[in-house]
Amino acid sequence: MTTRRTVLKASAAAAALGFPFVSRGQSDRIRIGHLTPLTGFLGALGEYAVQGLKIAVDEINKGGGVMGRQLDVMSEDSVNPATAATKAQRMLDQDRVALLMGEINSASAKTIMQVAAREKRLFLQVGARSDVLRGADCNRYTFHVDIPVTVMVNAEGQALLRDGLVKGKKIFCLTSDYLFGHDLAKAAKAFITANGGSVIGDELTATDVTDFSPYLLKIRQAKPDMVATNLGGNQVTNFVKQYAEFGLPYAVAGFNLNTADAWAAGEGNLGGVWPTVWHHEVDTPGSKAFVAEFRKRYGKPPENHAWIEYVSLHILARAMNETRSTDTDKLIGFFEKQPEFDLLKPRKGYFRSWDHQLMQEAYTFTVKPRGQAKDKWDTLQFGPAVPAANQPLELLATSKAQNTCKM
Amino acid sequence: MQLLFLLEQVLNGLVLGGYYLLIALGLSLIFSVGGVVNLAHGAFYALGAYLSLEIARFLGFAPAVVLSPIAVALLGILFERFILRRFYTADPILSLLVTFGVALVAEQAIRMAWGAAPLPATMPQALKGNVMAGDFLFSRYRLLLLAIVAVILAGIWLLLNKTSFGRVVRAGIQRPDMVAALGIRLQPYMTAIVMLGVGMAALGGALFAPIVIVHPAMGAEIITVAFVVVVIGGLGSFWGVVLAALLVGVVRGITIHFAPAAGEASIYVLMFLVLMFRPRGLLGERIEKFE
Repeated sequence: MTTRRTVLKASAAAAALGFPFVSRGQSDRIRIGHLTPLTGFLGALGEYAVQGLKIAVDEINKGGGVMGRQLDVMSEDSVNPATAATKAQRMLDQDRVALLMGEINSASAKTIMQVAAREKRLFLQVGARSDVLRGADCNRYTFHVDIPVTVMVNAEGQALLRDGLVKGKKIFCLTSDYLFGHDLAKAAKAFITANGGSVIGDELTATDVTDFSPYLLKIRQAKPDMVATNLGGNQVTNFVKQYAEFGLPYAVAGFNLNTADAWAAGEGNLGGVWPTVWHHEVDTPGSKAFVAEFRKRYGKPPENHAWIEYVSLHILARAMNETRSTDTDKLIGFFEKQPEFDLLKPRKGYFRSWDHQLMQEAYTFTVKPRGQAKDKWDTLQFGPAVPAANQPLELLATSKAQNTCKM
Repeated sequence: MQLLFLLEQVLNGLVLGGYYLLIALGLSLIFSVGGVVNLAHGAFYALGAYLSLEIARFLGFAPAVVLSPIAVALLGILFERFILRRFYTADPILSLLVTFGVALVAEQAIRMAWGAAPLPATMPQALKGNVMAGDFLFSRYRLLLLAIVAVILAGIWLLLNKTSFGRVVRAGIQRPDMVAALGIRLQPYMTAIVMLGVGMAALGGALFAPIVIVHPAMGAEIITVAFVVVVIGGLGSFWGVVLAALLVGVVRGITIHFAPAAGEASIYVLMFLVLMFRPRGLLGERIEKFE
């Protein structure tokens, strides 16, 4: 059966390859290789990623390109960690891309980072959140745009502490069985125990689990005060739908949920507090313009992976324009000077020079009460930015003493 | 206490088996009568889910669950008439390829029509929640689902065993040449079987939409499990498929009780063990045309 599934995935990838959205350009163009999952449990997020990126490509090219040259971004399905590395290598060798960007899957991001380090080329790691990528596995050639696991746990954790759901409480964890899930569980458990809560169970779930009923029974048997999910991609949607179906009485919260997966939960199924890196109601002119353009093109609001690809390409364009170069060392030098970038949020962000992760605001959200949503995109209630405006941006991130990153 | 928890997992596994059965039974019927492994079966399941969401927007949940499978069954006529029919007597590899192709085309078509992002789906509020039977907890919705599956199962058993339609179909599974010699054309029966099979898959999709995520690849997710169930149960055996579906549900539940990370792998291990000792499946009959 594994064979058939492999065939299926490979064929789905081939199908995705059949519709490249940009033409292969001439040599005076600047080519960028973009890899992101377009199939599998993160595929829906990947579609948003490609849609957001397209808007940035068109904007930049319409404005005269970068250094007077047009951008030519080739987007492909990264499929799985092994295929992601193969494609990254091919993009550098055969397609002559200047640099690499993309990813949502932490395990695939890790293999692409290895290719980038070996080939000494820049990889802007856009959407994968594992701490390890910015810690033990960090390298000089990779910069990370999304908020990492630690920031998600701390942002979410502050909200849970405020609601009195950690101290003295019994917490049951449900963890996705791959790099990102393990990383998230580690950070979550550390936070819970540090704040006086106890973890009474932690169950691993394969990424292709669609039926959570056996896990729901185990949760009921454990009788926790709260269920904390460390799940990835559309797993969260499946879980909350079935949690509502079984009508268990314990509070649910989670350390990872993307807005697209929250929208898919269906009315009355989702509850609790969740962290996010950006949302479509962020009140800045830049976010509003991006949301309006996205709605115009695709007939729906963008989710956080659309936003992050959009700002990532703009960050790259600015770096190339200011250094007048696509040279890896010059670009790294530029980013390491910690220039501030407009992220369409109230506060600007910057890459920390010593571990290459972007320091930025994050948000938490809850779910609007039944009957208050104007449409199916209006189901979430977004909270204020964390850290607050008067706190340092690095407050929620790992400190230099905690982080094992050595470049 | 531990034993009670385990028993609860077993009961839940039986309910889950009913969920797999709806998809696997149609797959098995089409396989048994036509000799075609319909890899596109999952696509009809996905289509059933998507159509039910569209219909539910206008008519509500219950009519959607009824109308969506009917619409998909009608589509099944075209599928049988223009695609499957050409491959009943052909090399099995050809039918595998063509149905696999249909599955890919269907998944991409759904992606183009509805987008890759999952769609929100929910059940009527009254169906949510649990029912306690003694110390055991059941999802109210899944009990309803189990009742529907039981009714359908009884209906299909009666259809196959107590009607002249069923006699022809069963004869067609074993000796299509004899059926032909008696002057009976099997083709209209095959059309009916395909309609029934894909209609059941669509019903599964419509019923599962409120509890699993509705996205383009949902068909590929279910076909793997359904196929495992059919292989474990054995070809041509109605009760084999029933037994296998329940067994798969229970084995998965018990595995998750003891070793949660191995839950999804356990059903493939089960298939491996069954095939080692009973290559024809648990209750598989010897079917001459497949030997």
